[in-house]
Amino acid sequence: MYTQGLDQAGNDKQSGVETAEQLAAFQKRVDAEEKIEAKDWMPEAYRRTLIRQISQHAHSEIIGMQPEGNWLTRAPSLKRKAILLAKVQDEAGHGLYLYSAAETLGVSRDQMVADLLSGKAKYSSIFNYPTLTWADIGAIGWLVDGAAIMNQIPLCRCSYGPYARAMVRVCKEESFHQRQGFDIMLTLCRGTAAQKAMAQDALNRWWWPSLMMFGPNDTESKHSAQSMAWKIKRFSNDELRQKFVDVTVQQAEFLGIRVPDDELSFDPESGHYTFGEIDWQEFIDVVAGNGPCNKQRLEKRQYAHNEGEWVRAAAQAYASKQAARAAA
Amino acid sequence: MSADQTLIAYTLRLADNALILAQRMIELVAAEPELEEELANANFALDYIGQARMLYSHAGELEGNGRSEDEFAFMRDEHEFRNLLLLEQPNGHFGDALVRQFLFEAFYLHLLEALIACSDQGLSEIAARAIKEVKYHNRHSAQWLVRLGDGTEFSRERVQASLDNAWRYTGEMFTGDDIDVAFQRDFDGPNLNAIRDLWKRDVERTVTEATLRLPDEQWMVSGGKQGQHSEHFGFLLAEMQYLQRSFPSATW
Ligand SMILES: [Fe+2]
Ligand SMILES: [Fe+2]
Ligand SMILES: [Fe+2]
Repeated sequence: MYTQGLDQAGNDKQSGVETAEQLAAFQKRVDAEEKIEAKDWMPEAYRRTLIRQISQHAHSEIIGMQPEGNWLTRAPSLKRKAILLAKVQDEAGHGLYLYSAAETLGVSRDQMVADLLSGKAKYSSIFNYPTLTWADIGAIGWLVDGAAIMNQIPLCRCSYGPYARAMVRVCKEESFHQRQGFDIMLTLCRGTAAQKAMAQDALNRWWWPSLMMFGPNDTESKHSAQSMAWKIKRFSNDELRQKFVDVTVQQAEFLGIRVPDDELSFDPESGHYTFGEIDWQEFIDVVAGNGPCNKQRLEKRQYAHNEGEWVRAAAQAYASKQAARAAA
Repeated sequence: MSADQTLIAYTLRLADNALILAQRMIELVAAEPELEEELANANFALDYIGQARMLYSHAGELEGNGRSEDEFAFMRDEHEFRNLLLLEQPNGHFGDALVRQFLFEAFYLHLLEALIACSDQGLSEIAARAIKEVKYHNRHSAQWLVRLGDGTEFSRERVQASLDNAWRYTGEMFTGDDIDVAFQRDFDGPNLNAIRDLWKRDVERTVTEATLRLPDEQWMVSGGKQGQHSEHFGFLLAEMQYLQRSFPSATW
């Protein structure tokens, strides 16, 4: 799940037609853990928050195909090639369910895609980093899918039914991806010195961007309180990030590679790891479009979309001809 | 060439076809005209990687020297690959890649049908699995050919050019050499002349439905089945094999 941009974008002004009674009744349903369905009444701001979050998540799945797709043609064994291709295919599928879930809220996929292509819509900053070696494919599965799972498991209980149900299916697949990524790392770490160095280098480059996936610190996170009240969000950014660090540091120890944080230490009192400060300027820059691959990722998507225009036009022309023939 | 050698060589040709086509298809990931096609392309490419793995493993067992699927895929040189030239051609645009897929699979479907009946049990079993996948691909590609042909004026012209350009690579599918002849004789293998007729019939039917025209009889390029490839092929292999070649003793 790659919805960190949520806290930066948008500005939800409630429209005047919503009465205090309607809002109270809605909150009561949410508090009672009832699922809100597409046809149910919902506050406009709830609807818009969900559209933004779900479409950002969908876009992230689609853009995320690029850094991993970058190693498909060079995967080092046929088995790894098949596993990676299946993973990239899963991500396309996640994009598809998520677009469908967002469509239940009254926005079209064409509109969402147009917003992605114009640069208006955000996607997760993590996919604006390059995959430079094969170990990056391991690191993405292990760390990025790992962080995604931390974020997404609570979303399986999201108050909005279609999103929650999409997440149940997505989470199952993300946990496969996480295990497969860890398995790549483990194989590298048990391999030659050069392979282990490749794994360490990947952890060095992916560690901090992975921590950024959880979004800004709670003190900076503008929309969190409302999202929590609506039970779209169940845990704060910092809570989820801490959980991720606690689990992942131990996995790095098992692999025998070092987490690139001099301030990292275990605090026996709290039972958690304390860790160093994230470079928030880097996060802000990458979200604003100034990461190593933002331009490349968006251009590739725009290029594919433009190159496909004649194909979509042909399919549409054929469908209308068929409809006319059937009517005749 | 002994019967065993014939069988190994024949199996490797099939494996190389599957792998090289898959390799071209995965270059298209994240570049398809719509999301549904991303899923279809990845799905079909996965089928081909699966077929290549089964076929290489079968060849390795027949050979009996412990060569693994990855040694076949990553440690052989250009001239040792025996795939059809059609399959190694660069993707071009959506119509080019589609026509390549359509023309090959219209042939492959009948080849697999015939292979189910061959006397080598391993190949027969692999063919029986593969044919289910390829039937599905073939329907999908035929539908797209019809959409592009009978779509807009632009798409018709564009895909007609794809068909015209790819046609010169189709002769190789039906030109039997010593291995084809020996495989037919010793293993009840496919009769390529009979398959050519079925292929022509099927292709003509879809091409007509697509309001396209069949290209004229023309000179055909060949050589892939004998290990003489196009200039594109070395680059495909260099990319595919680079990690295995850079770290020859490593496990991945
Ligand atoms: Fe996700
Ligand atoms: Fe995903
Ligand atoms: Fe994933």
